[in-house]
Formats: sequence, structure tokens, C-alpha cells
Amino acid sequence: MEISKSSSRKAQWQKKSLPYLYLLPAFLIMGVITFYPLIYQVIISFTNFETQHLLLGLKSPELEFIGFKNYVDIFTAALPVENFNFFRVLEFNFWWALSNVMLHVPAGVLIATLLNTEGLWMKRIYRAVYILPVVVPPLVVATIWTNIFDERYGAMNQLLANISTYFGHVGPIYIRWFEDVKPPIPGFLPGAPLTLAYYAMMMANFWLGWPFMSVVATGALQSIPKDLYEAASIDGATGGQQFWNITVPLLRPAMIPAAVYGFTLSFNLFNFVFFMTGGGPARSTELLVTFAYNLVRNLRWYGVAAAFAVIIFAVAMVVFLITNRITRATQNYSEA
Amino acid sequence: MNPAKTAPNKNPIVRFLTMNTSGQTSGRSLPLWRQLLFQVVCLAILASVMFPIMYIVTMSFSSKTTRPSSLELIPKEISFIAYQQVLDRPTGNPVTFIELLKNSILLSVGVGLIALLIAVTAAYAFSRLKFKLREVLMVLVFIPLLMPAVGLSTPLYLLLNQVQIKQCSPEVLAIQPFTTCEEGVRGRLLFNLRDSLFGVGIAMTATALPFAVWNLKGYLDTIPKELEEAAAIDGADTNQTFWQIVIPLAAPQLAVTFFLGFIGHWQEFVTTWLFLSQPKDYTLAMTLYNMTGQYANSVPWNRFAAMAVIVALPVAVVYIALQKRIVGGLTTGGVKG
Repeated sequence: MEISKSSSRKAQWQKKSLPYLYLLPAFLIMGVITFYPLIYQVIISFTNFETQHLLLGLKSPELEFIGFKNYVDIFTAALPVENFNFFRVLEFNFWWALSNVMLHVPAGVLIATLLNTEGLWMKRIYRAVYILPVVVPPLVVATIWTNIFDERYGAMNQLLANISTYFGHVGPIYIRWFEDVKPPIPGFLPGAPLTLAYYAMMMANFWLGWPFMSVVATGALQSIPKDLYEAASIDGATGGQQFWNITVPLLRPAMIPAAVYGFTLSFNLFNFVFFMTGGGPARSTELLVTFAYNLVRNLRWYGVAAAFAVIIFAVAMVVFLITNRITRATQNYSEA
Repeated sequence: MNPAKTAPNKNPIVRFLTMNTSGQTSGRSLPLWRQLLFQVVCLAILASVMFPIMYIVTMSFSSKTTRPSSLELIPKEISFIAYQQVLDRPTGNPVTFIELLKNSILLSVGVGLIALLIAVTAAYAFSRLKFKLREVLMVLVFIPLLMPAVGLSTPLYLLLNQVQIKQCSPEVLAIQPFTTCEEGVRGRLLFNLRDSLFGVGIAMTATALPFAVWNLKGYLDTIPKELEEAAAIDGADTNQTFWQIVIPLAAPQLAVTFFLGFIGHWQEFVTTWLFLSQPKDYTLAMTLYNMTGQYANSVPWNRFAAMAVIVALPVAVVYIALQKRIVGGLTTGGVKG
């Protein structure tokens, strides 16, 4: 009796501990390589960690704890970096993500609707080609567009020169896409002037972004019953009215999660910005992530970089809470 | 209409490519003027999509080593000399293409596999088992997902950089941070974990692992529980259910997660460019960046183009092969979406 009781207790204990056994490998490793660095990051964000402390880390004798100085320096633009203003970068970062999504989603929906037109010729070919930007890795796309916008040899300036011959202009065109500091449309975004480099990146990212939205929109379009349109056309609704009153509301539940996904992706779109402009000219196209990278790789102010990363984390948290709310709200909408 | 043939396919890309568009449902046909108008618009979009692709493909097939002085979008010649040169000697350093490829594959496949293998049991526990602290631990896994990869690179750089092996004197080896050379002896650096592919792999796993746990949990949630319940009634315990029922059922989705990770890690640039300093450790993505724009004053553009095509191909092939599942995986399994 004694033995069976203890063995059943053992079995019960095994059953209770089993979930933790399943979690153990992942948490053991994440503890060392993910969570410990995250905590370490918070600690060094309060220090003046620089290159001379690399060897001994927190044990170096000259390492000083300087409280919130790194954070204050970042917010008050007191860092000895030219043209850096945290709130301008933040504003540009939000505008960059928002303006991308505001272009990609409508373009994706419109093109999907266009391709959904009954009786359109060569539809399969269009579909097969339009999906190509989704397939090419973004890193390669970024390098290609960097060369396309090259001032002297880039395809964009050559294309513009070819087109402008029809308007009587002869000779090459040299637009300095990535160097021109003067914003082409002054005062477009108050507080954060948008240079030509911004528009160049918008073009490149537009090429990359709308096909994905179009794929999602096509999927959603398929689930809209055709009789809705038939009923509407019997009632005398025009094509435009059908689009606004049937297509748009019924696409919304599918497009909002996609838009949120696109927003998060653009918000942290490191490769494009780093490859095409490196944040320039005069830091006008710097995103939070590219500036954080500059802090570590070029300036090597590890303490400041850690503080900056903590701030990025806070911003990401706010963005997540907002977008999560939006997604939830639309889920309820689609269920209702 | 055969109902079996028109079974609804959940995947947007497949539907996008194969949807029935012959238009039997409505008698309305497209008026010619509208057809022509739409064709013009569609062709214009087609041209804009093809523009960079044709530009880079044309350049890669060119034998001209000078930079392009005028726009060419259709190959005038098919020359593989640029591909040959890139494969022979991809950079100015004495590194072969095979080594670069090996580094890229090592990182992308290695990190993908390791993250998957470690994550799968944890994902199962989160998806199916009941235990205290479940919510707390799940939030803990979610926290690193909010941090962009750049944000985690500083502490990883500092911590990995402290793991070094040094030759203090011919007889004495020091393994930091456990032992150090004597005071005043600098020693010769033999190995720095930060400056090695292994260290970069660790840094990449640090962000890939929580993502894999979260992603796989999402997948496992979509697998119906009936089979497992039946197995439990037949007397199978949790371990048996996991290995004999769940793993085989989830295998295709495990593969998809692996390939999604592969696509991401293949393009990894943030950590590799920050951590690695020796040309022998460079990856294909880093080499491509070195050949781009202002950083490549001496690199002929036809070689850059050939390299771009080579780096893009594996991802494009994987994507096309897996298109049935990828978009679905991005929108259902991923939390970052």
C-alpha cells in the first residue's frame, strides 16, 4: 500500500512538472541569450559604457553609473551628433510608416479590383507578374533601388532623360536623389522636412509594398458573394457606388490586419533606409532603428545606444498597443 | 462544374493565381472601350513592376564593365561573364564564392533549425498543456518580439565580445571571462566569440527563438484536438501524444516555419555587419551590400547585378515552391503581423 501510494504521488508530481519540462530547453536558452541581454541592456543604459570598457564590461573600474543622463541627452538633443533631434526622428518614423501604408493599401485594393473585372484579357499573365515583388528578397530590392537612384549612372535619371526628350529637353539629367537637402515641397510635414531621398525611398518601397496588399485584397474579394453586386446593379447602383458601398466595407476586415502588418514592417524597415540613404542627407530620413545602429556601429557609444534601444522598446510597445486595439476592434466588426 | 475541382483554397496567393475569372455568373460583358482602358492601365503597372527586374537582369547579362551610360531594359547580349567573375572572385579579398555561400547557408539553415528544434516543445506546452504561470511565461516570450533586432544587438555585442581566448605567453592560454592574462600582459587574441559565425548565430537565435515559439504556438492552436483526445482515451500519455501524434501532424507546418525563418535569416544584415570583421566570415548579403552604390567604386555594375540575381534566387525559389502556405502563415501564425 505504501509503495503504490508513493508511486501514484510520484506520477502526479511528474504530471504537474511535465509542462515545465517541455518549456525548459527554450527558456534555459532564452534566459541566457535573450532575457539576460535585455536586462543587461537596461543596466548599461545607465552607464557611460564606451569602447574602453569593452574588455571588462561592468567590472571595469572607470565605468560610471550616470543615472538618466543618456536618456536626458537623447530627448534634449544634447548628444554631440550633428542634426539629431529625437522628436523629429520619431515624427518622421511615424510619418514614414503611415504614408507607406496609406499608399500601399488603396493601391493594392484598386489593382486587385481591377484584376477582378470580369472578362479582362490576359488576367493570368498580369497576376503572375504582379506577384514578383513579393518574391524578391527585400534586401536585394533595397540594393537594386540604391543603384537605380544613383546620380550619374542610375536608371531613374536615365529614364527621366529619355522621357524628357519628348518634351524638347536634350541631354542627361542629374538629380541628386540622396544628397539634395532642400525639400521639394517645403512645409509638407511640419517639423520634419521631407527631402528628395524620402520620395525616392517611397517609390522603391511602393514597388515592394502594394503587391502584397493586392494579394490579400484578392483573397478577400473572392469571399464577397457575387449576388450582392447583381442585386445592387438591379437596383441601379453604378460601378463606383458598388465599389464604395459593397467592396470597401467588406474588404475592411481583411485589409486592416494587413495594413497593421505593413505599418509595423515599414516602421522598422532597416534595410531600405540603411542601404539607400544611410539616414541622410542631414539625418532627414533617419528612422529609430537606423539611428540606433549608427550609435552602436559608427559612434560606439554603447551606453547611449542601450538607452536608445530601451526607448525604441517603449515606442514599439505603444505602437503595438494601438495597432492591437485597431485589429481587435475590426475583428468585432467582422463578427457583428 | 465539378465540386471537387473547385474546392475553396484558403490561400490568397493560390486564389490570386488560379481564381475562376471567366465570368459565367453574370451576363454582363466588358465593353470594348473599357477593356482597352483597363488594358492600358494593366500594362502600365506591368511595366512599372518589370522595370527594376529587367534593369538588373539585363545588366547581369551584359559584358560591359563600365557603368551604364544609358538605360537598357532588354538584354542585347546574353553573356555569363559577370556571373563567372562573381563566382570566381566575388570580392577584393581572397574569399571564394563557395565560402561566402557556406557562411550564408550555415547561418540561415543553422539558426532556423536550432530555433525550431528548441521551440517546438515549448510551443506545444503553451498550446495544449495547463499549468500555473502560463500567462506570465507567454508574456515573457512576447516581450523580445516587440524589440526590433537592432535594439537587441548592443547588449549581445557587448556580452559576446567578452568571451575571448587569448595566448598570454607561449604556454599560457586565457579564456575570458573565466581567466585573464596577468596584469600588464596583453596577449594575442586567438578567438573572439563576437567576431565569429558562431557568435552571430547565437545573436540571431536570440531573436529567432521567441519568434519561433510564438509562431509555432499559433500553428499548433489551429490543429484540431480530436486526434489527441482519442489517443488519450486509448491510454497514451502526454509524451506519446506529442511525439506520435502532434509532431507528425505538425511536420508540414514546421517545415514552413523553417523556410520562413530561412528567408529571413538569408537576408540577415544587422548582426552580421555589426559583429563580423574578417572577410572570411562574410555572408552573401554582406558582399552584396559591399557592391552597392557609393561603397563599390571599383565594382563593375554587371557584377553587382549578377550577385543580386544570385542572392535573390534561393529565396525566390523557396517562396514560389511554398506559396501555398506562406501568406497564410504570415497572417495567421505570426503575431508581428
